[in-house]
Amino acid sequence: MTTTQSISAVQPNPYRRRAMLEWIAVHSFAVGLALIFVLPFVFVVLTALMSDQQSLTRDLWPNPFAWHNLVDVWHTSGFTTWWRNTLLYAVCGTALTLLSSLPVAYALAYFRFRGRNIAMMVVIATMMLPPQVSIIPLYLVWAQDFHLTGTLWPLIIPLAFGDAFSIFLLRQFMLTVPPAYLEAAKIDGCGDFRTMLRVVIPMIRPAIAAVGLFQFFYCWNDYFGPQIYASENPGAWTLSYGLQSFKSAHHTDWNLTMAATVLVMAPVIVLFFFAQKAFIEGVTLTGVKG
Amino acid sequence: MTLTAPPGSRRNPGLRSRRRREWLRNLAFLSPWLLGTGLFFIYPLVSTAYLSFTRYDGFVSPTWNGLDNWRFVFRDYPFFWPAMRNTLWFVGVLVTLRIVAGLVLGLLVIHVKSGSSVFRTVFYAPFLAPPVAGTLAFVFLLNPGTGPVNTLLGHLGVSAPSWFNDPTWSKPALTLLALWGVGDLMVIFMAALLDVPRELYEAASLDGAGATRRFRHVTLPHLQPILLFAVITGVIATMQYYTEPIVAGQVASGQIAGSGNQFEPGYPGGSTLTLPQLVYNLGFQRFDIGAACVIALVLFVLSMVFAAFLMRRGSGFLTAED
Repeated sequence: MTTTQSISAVQPNPYRRRAMLEWIAVHSFAVGLALIFVLPFVFVVLTALMSDQQSLTRDLWPNPFAWHNLVDVWHTSGFTTWWRNTLLYAVCGTALTLLSSLPVAYALAYFRFRGRNIAMMVVIATMMLPPQVSIIPLYLVWAQDFHLTGTLWPLIIPLAFGDAFSIFLLRQFMLTVPPAYLEAAKIDGCGDFRTMLRVVIPMIRPAIAAVGLFQFFYCWNDYFGPQIYASENPGAWTLSYGLQSFKSAHHTDWNLTMAATVLVMAPVIVLFFFAQKAFIEGVTLTGVKG
Repeated sequence: MTLTAPPGSRRNPGLRSRRRREWLRNLAFLSPWLLGTGLFFIYPLVSTAYLSFTRYDGFVSPTWNGLDNWRFVFRDYPFFWPAMRNTLWFVGVLVTLRIVAGLVLGLLVIHVKSGSSVFRTVFYAPFLAPPVAGTLAFVFLLNPGTGPVNTLLGHLGVSAPSWFNDPTWSKPALTLLALWGVGDLMVIFMAALLDVPRELYEAASLDGAGATRRFRHVTLPHLQPILLFAVITGVIATMQYYTEPIVAGQVASGQIAGSGNQFEPGYPGGSTLTLPQLVYNLGFQRFDIGAACVIALVLFVLSMVFAAFLMRRGSGFLTAED
């Protein structure tokens, strides 16, 4: 009697203790890693707030806080122009990508025609293609025939002809729409264009948001495109290209360079916090078939 | 007489016009992409192939010079083989470590009982940092003079390397930057891990399998397709690896970049060169367009080989058929 009692009194304990130790181990590992992931942001912000003299030292904590760095950088020549150009590229690019990619994705998802599989394979192949592969003939055409180098139009105009990654992702989302909805629309006399506008697009609205966000980020972050087409004209620079040149111009001032970095990173990170769900769903769908 | 006429049109005149309408409809929906593919994929490819056999500086019209560019790139251009070796290094080390880190973080976030969404956000956010901004941040963090990382390492009594200014440490520094942005893989692995049926773990536990054996015999087999996906997309991303190495090289060296400006590509000592940078170096800095087109074709063939791998696997995500 006494032995069984003592066993039942003791036995749950080691298990609970083990579970608790495991909980502590997992959580402290997670907290440690989270710190490592956050620290680069922290050091960048701290350095951005240091005075010129202090940024030449090995100090880690700003003293005094030089908040005016952010204002100064904002007012350096070009910064607002870079902002405007980046916004123009990202907004026009995203709008054109969605407008041109939706009908193509619709056709690849629902129409049966000869060569459809080949078309899908070409879409995937273009998706995997480094932009450097086709840049030389394209640059020559934009420079020699259209005289559009020194502007961002050579980057924006091609997006009116569909973007492979967006087409692919939108098609994957469209395949998740139950066919019954499409049949019902057909029976009600809806043509394909009306079905796309009235039935499919409202049903995949979260997907459109995700694809739009991806394209927006792609344009916002693009470095190679602006480097090729816009570098010759500072009036057409984007944030990514301008930021890189910023360091060359202020070669010793890490504080101002980091302040500029903060101003470039901030909008993206803020946008992410507002649209986290759309993002994570989108990333998941690139890897897992919908 | 009746036999020579196409049977369909005689018996069912409506069929032909319906086919025609359908064909026009397909054409209308696909037209943006058909035009785009012709103008921005097929034309440049044909033109690149042609230019790779010519001597061309972008000003005087191209003249045929046979295999000269190909010989130059493979034999005399000093940056081609270093770039290939660096690419192999990035595939072997950077891609592998990113997959391991993504898997570890995915497992961790799933096993964390409290605050799991906070951890997910923290691990994912750096992935979204604009590459130029992230690279500048890391060049600063790791700079040997005033960088906080070396300062902290100094306090610990470790003699720290010069990272982006040292040919042996520049690629590891880029790897750290890539590991910071591992959030995309973490999210993909999390989705895959949550798809593993729970009963399998319970059954394995009942059979006496510990955590390691459950991972090896239940988790890993289920993750195999997604791991392969991560490897192939990682290799494809390495083929396109451009912004981080070129910005890191330029900023760390203190050189000013731009069209026509001569600067040492792949600073320090060619250790950060990748194939896409060679297209830029040859085409836009040395104005040797023929040789730049050779590199572009090499890049095209390599990318397509790996894209074909991705499409050939029947088991899911990127198959053309639904």
